[in-house]
Amino acid sequence: MAILKIIKNRLVKGIVDLRREELIPEIEPLGQKLKIIIDRRFKGSFHIREVDTGSCGACESEIIAATNPIYDIQRFGVNFVASPKHADALLVTGPVSRNMLLALRKTYEAMPGDKFVIALGDCAINGGLFKESYYTLGGVDKALKVDLFIPGCPPTPVEIIKQLVAFLS
Amino acid sequence: MTIREIFEKKIKPLAVNTRHRDESYLTVRPDDFIPACLAFHKLCHSPVMMMFVEDKRKTRSCFRLNTAFYAAAERHWYYVCLDFPGDNQDFPALAKEIYSATLFEREIWEMFGIHPEGSPDLRRLRLHEEVWPDGFSPLRKDFSAPPETGKTGRTYDFIKGEGEGLFEIPVGPVHAGIIGPGHFRFTSAGEPIINLELRLGWTHRGVEKLMEGKDINEALKLSECVSGDSAFAHSLAFCEAAEKIFGLTPPPRAQLLRAVYLELERMYNHANDIGGIALDVGFTFSASFASVIKEKILQLNGELTASRYLKGVNIVGGITKDIADQAAKGLKDKLTTLLSDLKELEEILFSSASFMDRVDSTGILRQKTAEDIGIVGLAGRASGLTLDLRSDVEPYRSAGFSPVVFETGDVLCRLKVRLQEFKQSVELIKAFLARLAPGPLAVIPAEIREDFALGAVEGWRGPVLYWLKLDAKRRIERCKIVDPSFHNWEGLAFAVQGEIIPDFPLCNKSFDLSYSGNDL
Repeated sequence: MAILKIIKNRLVKGIVDLRREELIPEIEPLGQKLKIIIDRRFKGSFHIREVDTGSCGACESEIIAATNPIYDIQRFGVNFVASPKHADALLVTGPVSRNMLLALRKTYEAMPGDKFVIALGDCAINGGLFKESYYTLGGVDKALKVDLFIPGCPPTPVEIIKQLVAFLS
Repeated sequence: MTIREIFEKKIKPLAVNTRHRDESYLTVRPDDFIPACLAFHKLCHSPVMMMFVEDKRKTRSCFRLNTAFYAAAERHWYYVCLDFPGDNQDFPALAKEIYSATLFEREIWEMFGIHPEGSPDLRRLRLHEEVWPDGFSPLRKDFSAPPETGKTGRTYDFIKGEGEGLFEIPVGPVHAGIIGPGHFRFTSAGEPIINLELRLGWTHRGVEKLMEGKDINEALKLSECVSGDSAFAHSLAFCEAAEKIFGLTPPPRAQLLRAVYLELERMYNHANDIGGIALDVGFTFSASFASVIKEKILQLNGELTASRYLKGVNIVGGITKDIADQAAKGLKDKLTTLLSDLKELEEILFSSASFMDRVDSTGILRQKTAEDIGIVGLAGRASGLTLDLRSDVEPYRSAGFSPVVFETGDVLCRLKVRLQEFKQSVELIKAFLARLAPGPLAVIPAEIREDFALGAVEGWRGPVLYWLKLDAKRRIERCKIVDPSFHNWEGLAFAVQGEIIPDFPLCNKSFDLSYSGNDL
């Protein structure tokens, strides 16, 4: 039954486009820039491993949003991978809870050479609201050398892509 | 006869404090503590909703233990309070009698170094054994940080299953996806899971300690970062507690708009989880569809409040972001589109036999189990528990609200609760918008009061509780936060028993609990 409905919809509605350019006008030109850089520097595929070291979850939600069909960051060559062994970059959120320090270091060490670290969100940059806590390190750079800081609480998907473009070029 | 009258026939409290309309604090003698808790547990049909200690050694040279139960029938919070002198740091463990006290007592032991005598389980929750040395209890007022962390040489004592062919599978804290950290220790015999033990606390940031000494505006900001996907519910619970202390009632327009934003938060998270459940059975098309619905609601939030996660909207006394008439009309139209999108998504999901096969009767949490371990909120309603803090309160009462409840407690029921609540939220928002009348958005707290109160809000996962105590300078003396995740993680551990390991991600997503809200 479902398949009949799909066929009927296809005939009645034709090809339905999300019209991304209306929803997020800046995404197309920005994404094309990103794609050119990734094609040149990473042979078309840029792989990121994400680690949450104590974020509230809003940063994760925005990173996931960047992969939804409206932003669809994968089409520009950015992929989020399960294993650190497949990753070019480590993307870290959160103020680095003491409990996560070892796991963060181990994830970094498991990545192959020529890697870099991105700290995403105000907490990851300097601890944000959790700077003074007895249980946070107060920023990713207290644990690893950080190459790119993406500020925001949380940064929007467009902001994330913008910062990536600026940094990689 | 009210519950309190029945209670006082059996046990005579030392003192009773009923300064707020819906809260009663009954101080009892140490010998009466366990019987008093059991009495309220039974009379209210409530798990331990909150259990926390205040360090009052400076003013009264004692610690005070508060144990809260919620009587849904009376919409009233009962606290059993026990004072014990600073040098005698033991209290009788309640966990032996009421299971839902277990986690709270473990928390009290690690955060205050106060010993629940006879407790069955005293392992650390958040200050991990490997990292944090003994003898440093952060929530004591005289706490100072240990000179060194991370080299204690100790480990966590997992429950071990023994028997032929049993093996353990450790997972986490870093998971495959873009998700918070947690450690799951499965004991399995072949495919079926015999036991799942959760070890959380990885995102502990010391929120309750950070709250202390902050002024209310700074503390309000912090409450928005406790659990990012419930930023509005958390800040609202905080504001409600503060408003009770100041004796404020937000203006009608603010109350309605708060309810609108609370439902918008529910909607984007429900859309997220409906997609997540589809994704975890490999049904990627419908997962993408759901993520578009979520994104549209986030953008709507952004247009209305300049924050996709509704941060910075609440203030003590009201709200900062209005919805003008023109915007309200636009909102109604967008909600209609979202509703029809959701109905289409529902049809796609329910007409897929392979999808239904995966979710139907998977990860069952029986009503009795849910009741015994104290499950709350959405997961509770999928298992036949009716508690919903929105029942019988304004503006929900006038909108004809009644909670969505299903009986079976499987993944399908948790999915159905979300689908129904999403549709219900659309109707509720429309009803609230229709009642909007011009008026102020906030009242300003004038009086400075030294007092305490509870703020309780039904967030999308369940009740978000903020117990707040202010000092004479309007600074936070103590803030106890309970996110529904704290109650419900244990439910996941029970729901997966007997299921196969590949169904774990699906069960996990059907609960979708917060790591940061649990770990604080």
